[in-house]
Amino acid sequence: MTLAELQFQIPDLRLASAEIFMLLMACLILMLDLLVKDRKRTLTFVATQLTLVGAAVVTFATSSGEVAYTFSNMYVGDLMADLLKLLLYLTVIVVLFYSRGYIVEREQMARGEYYSLALFATLGMMVMISANHLVTVYIGLELLSLSLYAMVAMNRDSVPATEAAMKYFVLGALASGLLLYGMSMIYGAAGTLEITAIAERLYLGQVDRGILVFGLVFLVSGLAFKLGVVPFHMWIPDVYHGAPTAVTLFIATAPKLAAFAMVIRLLVNGLIVVSQDWQTMLIMLSVLSMAIGNIAAIAQTNLKRMLAYSAISHMGFMLLGMVTGVVGGDARFALNAYSSSMFYVITYVLTSAGTFGMILLLARNGFESEEIDDFKGLNKRSPWFAAVMMMMMFSMAGVPFFVGFFAKFSVLQAVVAAGYLWLAIVAVAFSLIGCFYYLRVVKIMYFDQPASMTPIAAPLDMKILMSANGLAVALLGIFPQALMSLCAFSLLRSL
Amino acid sequence: MSGTPLLSLAIWVPILAGLVILATGSDRNAPLARMLSLIGAVAGLVVTIPLYTGFDLHTPAMQFVELKPWIQRFNVNYHLGVDGISMLFVILNSFITVTVILAGWQVIDNKVAQYNAGFLIMSGLLNGIFSALDGVLFYVFFEASLIPLYLIIGIWGGPNRVYAAFKFFLFTLFGSLLFLIALLYLFINSGGSFSILDWHRMPIPMNAQTWLFLAFLVAFAVKVPMWPVHTWLPDAHVEAPTGGSIVLAAIALKLGAYGFLRFSLPITPDASHELAGLVIALSLIAIIYIGFVALVQDDMKKLVAYSSIAHMGFVTLGFFIFSAMGVEGALVQMISHGFVSGAMFFSIGVMYDRAHSRQIADYGGVVNKMPKFAAFFMLFAMANAGLPATSGFVGEFMVILAAVDYSFWVAFAAASTMIVGAAYTLWMYKRVVFGAVANHHVAELADIDSREFLIFVLFAIGALGMGLYPQPFTEVMHSSVNELLRHVALSKIQ
Repeated sequence: MTLAELQFQIPDLRLASAEIFMLLMACLILMLDLLVKDRKRTLTFVATQLTLVGAAVVTFATSSGEVAYTFSNMYVGDLMADLLKLLLYLTVIVVLFYSRGYIVEREQMARGEYYSLALFATLGMMVMISANHLVTVYIGLELLSLSLYAMVAMNRDSVPATEAAMKYFVLGALASGLLLYGMSMIYGAAGTLEITAIAERLYLGQVDRGILVFGLVFLVSGLAFKLGVVPFHMWIPDVYHGAPTAVTLFIATAPKLAAFAMVIRLLVNGLIVVSQDWQTMLIMLSVLSMAIGNIAAIAQTNLKRMLAYSAISHMGFMLLGMVTGVVGGDARFALNAYSSSMFYVITYVLTSAGTFGMILLLARNGFESEEIDDFKGLNKRSPWFAAVMMMMMFSMAGVPFFVGFFAKFSVLQAVVAAGYLWLAIVAVAFSLIGCFYYLRVVKIMYFDQPASMTPIAAPLDMKILMSANGLAVALLGIFPQALMSLCAFSLLRSL
Repeated sequence: MSGTPLLSLAIWVPILAGLVILATGSDRNAPLARMLSLIGAVAGLVVTIPLYTGFDLHTPAMQFVELKPWIQRFNVNYHLGVDGISMLFVILNSFITVTVILAGWQVIDNKVAQYNAGFLIMSGLLNGIFSALDGVLFYVFFEASLIPLYLIIGIWGGPNRVYAAFKFFLFTLFGSLLFLIALLYLFINSGGSFSILDWHRMPIPMNAQTWLFLAFLVAFAVKVPMWPVHTWLPDAHVEAPTGGSIVLAAIALKLGAYGFLRFSLPITPDASHELAGLVIALSLIAIIYIGFVALVQDDMKKLVAYSSIAHMGFVTLGFFIFSAMGVEGALVQMISHGFVSGAMFFSIGVMYDRAHSRQIADYGGVVNKMPKFAAFFMLFAMANAGLPATSGFVGEFMVILAAVDYSFWVAFAAASTMIVGAAYTLWMYKRVVFGAVANHHVAELADIDSREFLIFVLFAIGALGMGLYPQPFTEVMHSSVNELLRHVALSKIQ
């Protein structure tokens, strides 16, 4: 063995500098928190927010706009990753602002670990977004999931929260098992774990398709679980409902961005050659999700649970964009389709943050404000926040001029362009059903009398941020062009 | 004047006024909110007047066109323009908004700012529908206009308002979602254009035309509303506050009919000819059957709601006999119905404000206590029945004349129901207004005040003016209607 063969190549750390920074800071904040005596953990909170801002700066500064690989091709940096990461930081920043009041008021949750766990979860998502290797995907996913399990269980004395954490953990472990099994089958078929290499070998026909598709079934099941689409959705209502609202807010927003990236990395970057196979599976998942999500949501009286079912239906709708990329071997529409899904996810995260944020805004110590009836007569108590919530609801229902309309519009446009007219009709039919329960929330807020006239006692920063969130939903609905183009451009430069 | 974006003003002046009024907040500032709303509504009307004075009668092309890119990614443009078909509706809508604000002046004392802002914002959105020349822009305004009316019915409506509001919203949304898919289909197959004018020119195979036509039909039939998807309208009317009923009857119902002229006929002409029989049959059912349904109503608002459906039957009938007389008659009928039904609902509102009942049986002998009111009510009841010299006569007469050319029996069926129309309106009028004072509620009625008098005068000018001298209304339509019919006569199948 010569020296040349032993040569050790130092990976290009620059590409992963944001992740490295995040890891260091998360560990640092964990230790820093030991010194904090203040019950409100102001220092920890500020340090966490600064870390996220710092990570954004690092990501922005190191973004080259080119596709580059590092760590022996286990890791990829591209424009889509940069864009999703920046949005991820922004989401987590907003989420932490929204949750602050809530966790400070609750004894068990007012700990520094909450912030560290949030940072570790964010790190996990960053790894998922930039993964170019099945093992990297898995590591990122587990880092995210384990942090989330702990966050759900943080409110130790709460029975529903513990139950939710337990359920989440058991089902999550099962899903990870499925995913790992699928990955191992794919490895068996392709002989490599590297996503781009799998794509290359598939393209060259060096892969045993039978085994690969067998693995694909498990892979898609695992993905479906993480996305929370039917029939792998069972955990969503229970976890959304049982978890402390601050954690629900976290689960309902940022991980959706990472899950979208995971779908793109695994299915599009890696397995586009067998798109016919996974598209068929995704169509079934999508239609079932829209059906069950929208219909089950009607029966809910708990707002968190209703939003959980709504999340299921939205993820189903988002998948519509993923199934229309390749039609009969023709990938002309791929960019259009995938960027519409990306736009859908981003706007969903924005709206979802607003709705769960609103629950937190109205919650006080000892009052969770999570029943739909708790919003009764909100228009009398606070016309502005009722209007913000109304905008969120109409946006989710897909009524213009709110951004949700253009999200649905762009996905439907991709579906019709791909020639799946029936799928578009199914999608709008279930949207119509879905409209009912969003309208019901508006009805509760506007047509009913309030149970109490307690003024809203949220901190000012949260009120401002909430207002900005509402305005963003409205303004992006009037001017969706920029964000749409950004999604399309980042995918164009990455795929 | 050519440089001023008049249509944008017509859309955004009321909307911005509405947002400003929302900012006045609670009911402590109610007088301010009312004043601002009136200013906003009048300003909204004033900016639409140059649309009429500056209108070129000799061209069927779109006028006052504004074209700016909006969402380049999907080639969606902020494309506005009016022709002889749509221009009058922009003005009518802005006019109705003024009367609605006045009509709610004293009656609404709860969340005044939100109420008035709702109407102003809706007014802007409705103007947007009538002037949009881009499919997505049209759809966006079309859907967004549901929100204010949903809230108005739900917040200020009657006891069963929640049911009515949901029914209204979901019915209309049901129709418009299929419409959205039709728009996307046209977008894809026109090579990436959302321009309605491009779609007018684009050849479409017959099979696709049929499906598109049916998708349009569902969307617009719900909105018109045509039998059998009309059931939301009586509920919405009965529960809505007076202002809501006025806008609903005077403007919102016209959207469906307008959609036929802007989308169905020019985009799918062959399917329109092919399926004209279906629409004519549905129209006749609306005219005859719904006319009889109106006859047996106990609730005045329900009666006028059913009579609206019957009158809109004349409109759709007029469109689908494909003659200039029929289409113009239908357009006149639409505008006339705007004045007359608005006034009818306002009349009922005037009585309801005083006696808190809409049941015919609760009244009787109103003329003894409210003579001025009775006179106006008489005028509008006559117009509703289609008496000559009122606007109601002109449109129906033109449609029936056109129908005679098309088929004697269709004309016969439509014309015979003018008797039914007269019967239900005048019978209601007789039971409510004439006779001895029926009970102590009627005995306590006070006649209309100067505000209500003013509103009646505004409506009366419209209804009588159009009946006596319809030419100013019809002359602007000629070029556009002729062009439309010429276009519809050509096949688009290639």
